[in-house]
Amino acid sequence: MRKAHQTQKRAVGLNRPPAVIITIATIAVVFFALPFIGLLLRVPWSNAWSLLTTDSSLIALRLSLETSLSATALAIVFGIPLAWVLARYGFPGRRMVRALCLLSLVLPPVVGGVALFTAYGRRGLLGDPLFDWFGIRLPFSTAGVVLAQTFIAMPFLVLTVEAALRGVDRRPENAARTLGASQWFAFRKVTLPAIRPALIAGAVLAWARALGEFGATITFAGNFPGSTQTMPLSVYLALESNPGQALVLSMLMIGISFVVLLSLRDRWLGGSENGENSL
Amino acid sequence: MTLRQPTPLRIRPQGRFTLTRAVLVTLLVAVLAASLGGCSSGNSRAGSTDTTTLSGSLTVSAAASLQAAFTEIKSAFQSTHPEVKVTVNLGASSTLAQQIINGAPVDIFASADEPTMTTVSSAGFVAAEPVIFATNSLAIIVRKGNPLEILSLADLAQSGLIYVTCAPTVPIGNYAEQALQKARVSVSPKSFEPDVKGIVTKVTSGEADAGIVYATDITAAGENAENVAIPLDRNIIARYPIAMLTTAKNTAVATAWIAFLISPQGQSILRGFGFDSP
Repeated sequence: MRKAHQTQKRAVGLNRPPAVIITIATIAVVFFALPFIGLLLRVPWSNAWSLLTTDSSLIALRLSLETSLSATALAIVFGIPLAWVLARYGFPGRRMVRALCLLSLVLPPVVGGVALFTAYGRRGLLGDPLFDWFGIRLPFSTAGVVLAQTFIAMPFLVLTVEAALRGVDRRPENAARTLGASQWFAFRKVTLPAIRPALIAGAVLAWARALGEFGATITFAGNFPGSTQTMPLSVYLALESNPGQALVLSMLMIGISFVVLLSLRDRWLGGSENGENSL
Repeated sequence: MTLRQPTPLRIRPQGRFTLTRAVLVTLLVAVLAASLGGCSSGNSRAGSTDTTTLSGSLTVSAAASLQAAFTEIKSAFQSTHPEVKVTVNLGASSTLAQQIINGAPVDIFASADEPTMTTVSSAGFVAAEPVIFATNSLAIIVRKGNPLEILSLADLAQSGLIYVTCAPTVPIGNYAEQALQKARVSVSPKSFEPDVKGIVTKVTSGEADAGIVYATDITAAGENAENVAIPLDRNIIARYPIAMLTTAKNTAVATAWIAFLISPQGQSILRGFGFDSP
């Protein structure tokens, strides 16, 4: 079925799109490219390296890497079971649960940050007992940054893995089960390897989103060098005090994101891979 | 060829439908905007001594601490000049200055400190000599009920206290630093908020314990926060300059706004929000 659909698509893809379409598409490409070209031209390349290796840049860079990787780890640990449940079990209210878990994907991150306050802030639903019983305070702490990033980034992983779980051929898993494998064993040894590309894509996307997180972080976790000031926050602050540094840090973030997207090309596009090949 | 034909036929009615909807939405928004505008300009038209009719639009970029006062001044100005539409753009003075330098279409800039105004004028964007139109003092904002019993700047140094401020590029961050230096108190902040309203929000929401803000901000925060006064000899007086910018399109309206601000009526509104006359 799928093969037939692909060949049909490829045949259509051989026709070149009309000139009008190509023109409009070119305008769209220029629209995306121009801001990055502008940035490239403005970056003070002569002292870019020294700006990048100043203490404040390195502190922000290190914090960003630590928090975004922690957030990705949390997204994997909680996201895979969540995707599994959403993809495999038809329970009442599943659509509601899915919408709830993906809400932060479409929400303005600042709103997400405000919502986090009401739950995990000092006077929040969970934040209040957390502080009273354990003295744990999430706002203004690095843990708060990780929490905000996980909140915003996990849906990317859940969405990708859930789609893969729905699309995967279940026969090998069922075969493993008839041969005596436990459900958990079959999932771990058969299904998980089968969806590995999607899992990697989802994790990398979640990581990239966590790395770029700004709104929820500044709202919920605050902004202080070394504890909560990640790269995006540092760029925002440096725009006023040291525009050169802001530009260099921006370039670095763009570079990282670009490499991530390039490496994901085939995996993320999934079903439409053939469309890209025919170009 | 034969395949192409049906496609536009299928798309066009859809396109027309969304276009109609877009037009309807635009009309609805326009009607709402008109009725809202009617409300605000219908307040008090009496007492105007102005003879010329001013019209057009005016964009004022103003320090975040001016939020409440400028909202009131805007409606008073618009009732005197019903043909003028004023937009007040609020933010940290330093952020607004960067917007102006990067080409934001702004007519007037009202800054919370003089260095930030100097940044804009040295970049060549100030059309006429800035005028100081208000002054403000600093105060400590603490959580409702003052649970940590903060009574002075020195109390901000107690361990475990969550103190938030702004970066020194933002006027309030700079003023707060000056006040702490003057009192010889060393405090380590937990966060640099984007502007002074960010400090207020962190304290009123209970996430932070204290911050140094403008006295006027605590009035605006209402009952969710409390004010701990800083004695005069320890206090810093914030001076607010305003200037017309070279990017101003409607200089007559811009001049009228500044004149209104320094007129007795404008000054009395500012005093009502806790500002002092220069």
